[in-house]
Amino acid sequence: MSRSALVAALALLFAAQPASAGDRRWGGKLLLTNGVTSVEGAAGGGLATWAVIAGNETRDGVGGKVNATLVALPDFDLESFGAAIGVNDRLELSYTHQSFDTRAAGAALGLGRGFTFQQDIYGAKLRVIGDAVWDQDSWLPQIAVGVQHKRANRGAIIRAVGGRHDRGTDFYVAATKVLLSRSLVLNATVRATKANQFGLLGFGGDRHDHYRPQFEGSAGIMLSPRFVLGAEARTKPSNLNFACEQTAVDAFAAWALARNVSLTAAYVDLGDIATVRRQRGAFLSIQGSL
Amino acid sequence: MLIAAVLLLQATVATPPPGEEPIAPYMQADANAGAKPFANDQLWQAFHGSAGVSRIVNDLVARNQKDPRISDIFRNQDMVRLRRTLKEQFCYILGGGCTYTGRDMKTAHKDMGIQQADMVALVENLQAAMRAEHVVFAAQNRFLAKLAPMHRDVVER
Repeated sequence: MSRSALVAALALLFAAQPASAGDRRWGGKLLLTNGVTSVEGAAGGGLATWAVIAGNETRDGVGGKVNATLVALPDFDLESFGAAIGVNDRLELSYTHQSFDTRAAGAALGLGRGFTFQQDIYGAKLRVIGDAVWDQDSWLPQIAVGVQHKRANRGAIIRAVGGRHDRGTDFYVAATKVLLSRSLVLNATVRATKANQFGLLGFGGDRHDHYRPQFEGSAGIMLSPRFVLGAEARTKPSNLNFACEQTAVDAFAAWALARNVSLTAAYVDLGDIATVRRQRGAFLSIQGSL
Repeated sequence: MLIAAVLLLQATVATPPPGEEPIAPYMQADANAGAKPFANDQLWQAFHGSAGVSRIVNDLVARNQKDPRISDIFRNQDMVRLRRTLKEQFCYILGGGCTYTGRDMKTAHKDMGIQQADMVALVENLQAAMRAEHVVFAAQNRFLAKLAPMHRDVVER
């Protein structure tokens, strides 16, 4: 799917809205129950993709969001900008552009100072069963399946460090449950992926070049309708011989400033990246939704 | 004997309490409240008992009537009866030991055309009313967890 196709699909959906009579409506989700924006642009926590659908819409409308995210690490910066639409609280389509700046480390790695890896991520997520928020008399979580197609821009470098592909597709199943009686939100996601550092360093490698299941888990506690504190962990494959990857973890605070705006701040530990040790820093994300 | 009891019940329902409009007869039962009550009165205390629940319900109804998202739904409804049955329902579920005399959730919301977003608006107004009563957030959520599954009977579109 090209970027223009996504824009066209977006325009079509929004244009179709007024034609579909008075029962269609904007908004209606409870605050923060559409999650925040995960690093790949899907609705979720900061690191993990959740089963919730982007946007404020209910089953009776369309919604969407835009986001900007900065991950500031000791030796690298990751910036991402994205947009997503949610249809009937059922289907989510997302696009995100990531830009990973190697700053001074780029020179040390022989790439040149400020060498930047970029990646486009096209995502689709379908809610299959369950309602994370409303089905409080059932243990069944909200379950969604999704794909994320990723296109990295540095194919030559990726191959030079042992990566096999500059494009890859992740497949995942996510389960999210709000345990209202305990004020908790829980998520577990299993992702089949070949991605090296989320795909920025390509897909597959000289150690492994096959899909392997990885786990993403999140747990949060709701302190008010506008404020959630939580922590996440996400395993990643380690496909490249030249550099090991570790499990990424974060501790986050998500705050709904208004009905349409949320801020997420996190302390994130991404482990070692491309032989540069201990990349721990700040994750900041702002999301606007309708 | 059972038939006689049922007839008696219906007879009492047929004459509305003072200030309320007449309503078609129905079977009275606590099960109509749509949720099982908490086993003890911990939540009832957290909601400041009868006085607290009364303030919350009055505030909730007032907020709903002023809320442009859902005020139309409450037009031409019997607000005296709504306040009374809501207070009974909240008291019953919160472990306050009341009897619920209202209709079940499906019948009570029939043909109102309530959408998911309308129920969300009501939940937000209830959260505001509970906050105004200084009910602890965790206690609010325990109560909301009892109400949330009612969406299956309340939301009809």
